[in-house]
Amino acid sequence: MRLRDFPEEELFLQGSAACQGCPGSAALRVAFKALGRETILCVIASCTSVLQSPFPVSALNLPTLNMAFATGGATASGLSAAADRLVASGAFKEKPTILVWAGDGGTYDIGIQALSGAAERNTDFIYVCYNNEAYSNTGTQRSGATPYAAWTTNTTKGKDEWRKDIAQIMVAHGVPYVATASLAYPTDMYRKFAKAKEIKGTRYIEIQAPCPPGWKFPSSHTIKVARLAVQSGMWMLYEHEGGKTAYTAGTQRIIQGQSKLLPVEEYLQAQGRFRHLFSPEKDEMRIAEIQGRISHIFDTLQFTHKMKEHIMDIELAPPR
Amino acid sequence: MRLVDTGNHVAAWGARLARVEVVSAYPITPQTQVIEEISRFIDEGEMDCEYIPVESEHSAMAAMIGSAAMGVRSFSATSAHGLAYMHELLHWAAGIRLPMVMVNVNRALGPGWNIWCDHQDTLAARDTGWIQLYCASHQEVLDTVIQAFRISEDLKVILPVMVCYDAIFISHSYMQVEVPDQDKVDRFLPPFRSLWKLDLDYPLTHGSVIYPDDYEEVRFSMFKGLDNARKVIERAAEEYRDIVGDFHGGMVETYRTEDADCALVAMGSMASECKMAVEELRDKGYRCGLVRVRSYRPFPIAELRELLSPMRSVMVIDRSVSFGLEGALFSEVKAAIYGHGDATVYNLITGLGGRDVRYDLIAEKTADALEGKLAPESSWPSLRLNEHHLVSKRGLEGYWKKEGVL
Repeated sequence: MRLRDFPEEELFLQGSAACQGCPGSAALRVAFKALGRETILCVIASCTSVLQSPFPVSALNLPTLNMAFATGGATASGLSAAADRLVASGAFKEKPTILVWAGDGGTYDIGIQALSGAAERNTDFIYVCYNNEAYSNTGTQRSGATPYAAWTTNTTKGKDEWRKDIAQIMVAHGVPYVATASLAYPTDMYRKFAKAKEIKGTRYIEIQAPCPPGWKFPSSHTIKVARLAVQSGMWMLYEHEGGKTAYTAGTQRIIQGQSKLLPVEEYLQAQGRFRHLFSPEKDEMRIAEIQGRISHIFDTLQFTHKMKEHIMDIELAPPR
Repeated sequence: MRLVDTGNHVAAWGARLARVEVVSAYPITPQTQVIEEISRFIDEGEMDCEYIPVESEHSAMAAMIGSAAMGVRSFSATSAHGLAYMHELLHWAAGIRLPMVMVNVNRALGPGWNIWCDHQDTLAARDTGWIQLYCASHQEVLDTVIQAFRISEDLKVILPVMVCYDAIFISHSYMQVEVPDQDKVDRFLPPFRSLWKLDLDYPLTHGSVIYPDDYEEVRFSMFKGLDNARKVIERAAEEYRDIVGDFHGGMVETYRTEDADCALVAMGSMASECKMAVEELRDKGYRCGLVRVRSYRPFPIAELRELLSPMRSVMVIDRSVSFGLEGALFSEVKAAIYGHGDATVYNLITGLGGRDVRYDLIAEKTADALEGKLAPESSWPSLRLNEHHLVSKRGLEGYWKKEGVL
């Protein structure tokens, strides 16, 4: 699928109340295009509660239920069970896609219990976490998704802890489909949504969503920062199904050696939230810590990739 | 069909007869048997329903909001801590105007852990916008669950209903009930039709941000919905009597109030005990009657004014406390009849945490009140304070002794 082949129908309408350069609205646009009209949307308290625009208008052209912060997975279970009943009674010809749209605060922190419950029950729905790595709607406070050393309004010297990896926690739940996505790779994101739509059971898609006011970069740089995140290895693109992980798009190219892993400094320097790592003097230690983690992960992945190619060569080599 | 069963199983029968299609619930003593029985009904093919075994009460209510928003009849059951845990979403369900029914088995809140009856849990959820109906018998539990759907789904109301009944006294005791025929219930309760639902052909956004310009109007419409519910509750009870046969009162139930100059006011199973107290008092020559508040929200203001204005004395029995004030029912009865008649209103706070309250204690204290031996303020007639109950023996013993508490 190329960008110009995306459906023309816009289900995310004009007139939203989003900030300039908002990654949330961009992600909604791509997701809606991939999922289409037969979708029931549940928005969990987040920036999306605001950016859809206040009553009595809405930028969301799908039947939408706004719900409280900690309820994503559970509400989906109710929506999905009721949709099954309506299919059984003939009110629906086919079951619509149940889509829950939550931020990282509503997913990593307050919402993890309901999400985990839904995943354990394998509720038939798509859960999207658009991860702007902070409580951006509330004015940028730390969340479980905020990366190490990042400034927020309550980690003013940089966060002391590393972020937890919810996508991997979802993999551990054994759900049928888990994927990560980036705004800088919209065709990859579109493909993942289109694929998730065809799968039954709990599907989890997490989109990294660089937030201009929260991360402190110019609003025209959203996609640039998103791309740097993938190119520097700070955000990885993959999909996990059937017990196997496949790396995709920019991340795949780095692992396969087609493009170089950029130094993490380039990504950190593009944002004001890491400014304290560079001035008044450079914090070599913390930058090295971050780079060390990323390099370790990619060294391992690249090594495994090479080994696989090598093993494949041996297996596929014709007998002499 | 006649059945001898627990109050909990009887509540499950109510949901089954109402043709509930989605149940989401989390187990909590003493509610557990409700969902066990529903789960058995489903497993044995007697009930065509989806059961969502959620991971918490917060999620139980979220799932119920989801299913009701899709336009499917939904039911849940909880108790005490469970109700407290879902408190946020009680507001959400009522605020977004979704019809649904949940039974709450009235249980005391911890600490200390106590699985027995009092009304603190539901009274703390009083101002969430839910209709609250209190039952005094097993038969009433079954009938009220069915009536509750009718009330909840009435287009003049469109608000969730909580059916409350007492832990252990009703939830775990066995009583005989008459299970109505399904076709009679079907005649009484039409299929679910919601005012709004998530509609693919008419995609609206529900529950989004709302500015001060509109918020007050939304709250007013909830206020009106609860106000309209008064008539709907009365009519549902009467039509249920006409079609099915049982009647437990509308907004209130009265017992021997016609010639009375003294009334007891109570809610739940305590009211059954009060009927015996009425008999005891009448034997002693006092003309007493009972007004049982069946609907606590909406509060039966007009009924209480009419019934209580001729009275000389009113004794309100509270199975809960509004800390820093008095019994909650006491406050509201006083407020309702203020300026109507000149009854002196007394208050007993008793039966907390399942403490047994005998009819003779109620009769004795009421007689004391009528003889002018009880002050018209809250008293705790079954209190038995001793040194074990001191928060800090060293700090409070001397003080409590000096005050004459110990």
